[in-house]
Amino acid sequence: MKQFLAFVNKEFYHIIRDNRTLLVILGMPVVQILLFGFAINMEVQNIRVAVYDPTPDAFTTGIAERIQQNAYFTYLGNVYSMNEMEESMRKGELELAVVFQQNFQEDLVHSGDAAVQLLSNSSDPNRGSIAVTYATAIIAGYQQEQMSIERIPFQIRTENRMIYNPLMKSSYMFVPGIMGLVLMIICTIMTSVSIIREKERGTMEVLLASPLKQGTMVFAKTIPYMFISIINLIIILLLSYFVLKVPVNGNLLLLLLISVIYILLTLSYGLTVSTIVDKQINAVIVSAITAMIPVLMLSGMIFPIDSMPRVLQALSTVVPARWFIAAVRKVMIEGQGFFMVWKEVLVMIGMTFFLLGITIMNTKKRLE
Amino acid sequence: MNKVIEVSGLTKKFGNFTAVDHITFDVTEGEIFGFLGANGAGKTTAMQMLCGISMPTAGEGTVAGYDIIKQNELIKRNIGYMSQKFSLYEDLKVWENIRLFGGIYGLSEKIITEKTDALLKRLDFEQERDTMVKYLPLGWKQKLAFSVAIFHEPKIVFLDEPTGGVDPAMRRQFWEMIYEAADQGITVFVTTHYMDEAEYCNRVSVMVDGRIDALDSPAALRHQFKADSMDEVFRQLARKAERGD
Repeated sequence: MKQFLAFVNKEFYHIIRDNRTLLVILGMPVVQILLFGFAINMEVQNIRVAVYDPTPDAFTTGIAERIQQNAYFTYLGNVYSMNEMEESMRKGELELAVVFQQNFQEDLVHSGDAAVQLLSNSSDPNRGSIAVTYATAIIAGYQQEQMSIERIPFQIRTENRMIYNPLMKSSYMFVPGIMGLVLMIICTIMTSVSIIREKERGTMEVLLASPLKQGTMVFAKTIPYMFISIINLIIILLLSYFVLKVPVNGNLLLLLLISVIYILLTLSYGLTVSTIVDKQINAVIVSAITAMIPVLMLSGMIFPIDSMPRVLQALSTVVPARWFIAAVRKVMIEGQGFFMVWKEVLVMIGMTFFLLGITIMNTKKRLE
Repeated sequence: MNKVIEVSGLTKKFGNFTAVDHITFDVTEGEIFGFLGANGAGKTTAMQMLCGISMPTAGEGTVAGYDIIKQNELIKRNIGYMSQKFSLYEDLKVWENIRLFGGIYGLSEKIITEKTDALLKRLDFEQERDTMVKYLPLGWKQKLAFSVAIFHEPKIVFLDEPTGGVDPAMRRQFWEMIYEAADQGITVFVTTHYMDEAEYCNRVSVMVDGRIDALDSPAALRHQFKADSMDEVFRQLARKAERGD
């Protein structure tokens, strides 16, 4: 125990003395959650819009007015030819053009069908498609309104009820993914460097020649990183709650328990990497690549696992973040209890023991 | 006289390469034993086997009374080790390094505190107690590393080229510390490149290509090889080496 505490102490000093790394470690989750959270989830605003209406009438003016008044749009004015519109869009001034067909009202009244084109600048596909969705919704709303007043049979082509909400919803889905990613990156990289640093500095030999047990050393190394990761976890949860407004629908303690298990798992993974590669720089590269890419691609963070090919689905089962993200979604977003996540929790615990076992075996093998 | 190290036929192979080739020798308690050899002669590997961090391919032996194959964990409790690379933590303060290794060797907080005070006083290091080790000059670091290696009062201390890169005056001081340790009954097992340092040892062995080609007191070796200095003895032996660096 004395050995253990002395060693834990030492590890804390290493971390605290290394100001720059500490700053990165604690700053990264803040930057990432804000970046990911806002870049992906923030409502698209200030869409620069213009209207081309060759034959203005009551309907077209009504729709144009709705769009002009809408808070998400910035109205640039009317354009008077398709050329002018294209020109403006090419320059990047215009993001969305609302183009009415000729004789809009006339067609609508006589045939019950009229067309409005929504041309969006899709150089930013996300923003573009959201702009179209907004405009479609405004038009649909207007049509409905008119129908009830004038009793004219309209053909309603767009129907988007979730339009004012889907962004919020995707942000709900994203926070667990970001938690999985950030914790994976930080924990893995931090710890992967820590054993190799001892080898590179030559202190490993001295430790091996001392009565210190490999197991003691490995566990002592995880403690300070665990402590820092929990601080990170709290930062992430606070930011998602207060800044991204993602509620915690389930039991907070259960959520913390799941997260702590995941932190242990990622720390163990970092230690495993650290016993396999031989240079600090390789450790950073290996852990960054093996920690990031599977989390992005195979964890269900971005691409739903259910719609993956069978092979990839099978592959995703070895990605720790997959289980963590699934469990966090269930608890945090869906508000489910322990009985819905015990499988994920068990898988994560199993993986942790497996990796720790490999780590201890590998450390021993080194010089013996 | 007690033998604190006794090995026979000790061998280490890495694949086809025989790093240490059937070495047999013993070291007496309280002795300063010089372990000489060119780079790549197998000194460090031999030393690692004695310290219980490397498993011998063949041969047997005891260190501090414990079997090097079966009882290597017990050996570790009874030895101190100073590696070729600088072995303290650069980002820890002087006292923190001492406390860490004291803790690793299971000393109590109270004993560590007392011994730290005494040590810093003896080394005249008191004003450096809170200095980060990386800011110390190399010679001071080596002295501190040696003091830490014998902090838990081991039976034997293994020093792997402890004075590499240090100026002659500092080396002189370092050897005074080695003598002090030997006077306290700690057996010193030291590898070195400097032949003047070989003269300070009670006995020296010279390794060539993994074998021990000569072993005796410096005076006897000079006589045997009809040489004026250990440097000449070493040259005569090293000439036979087939391995390069």
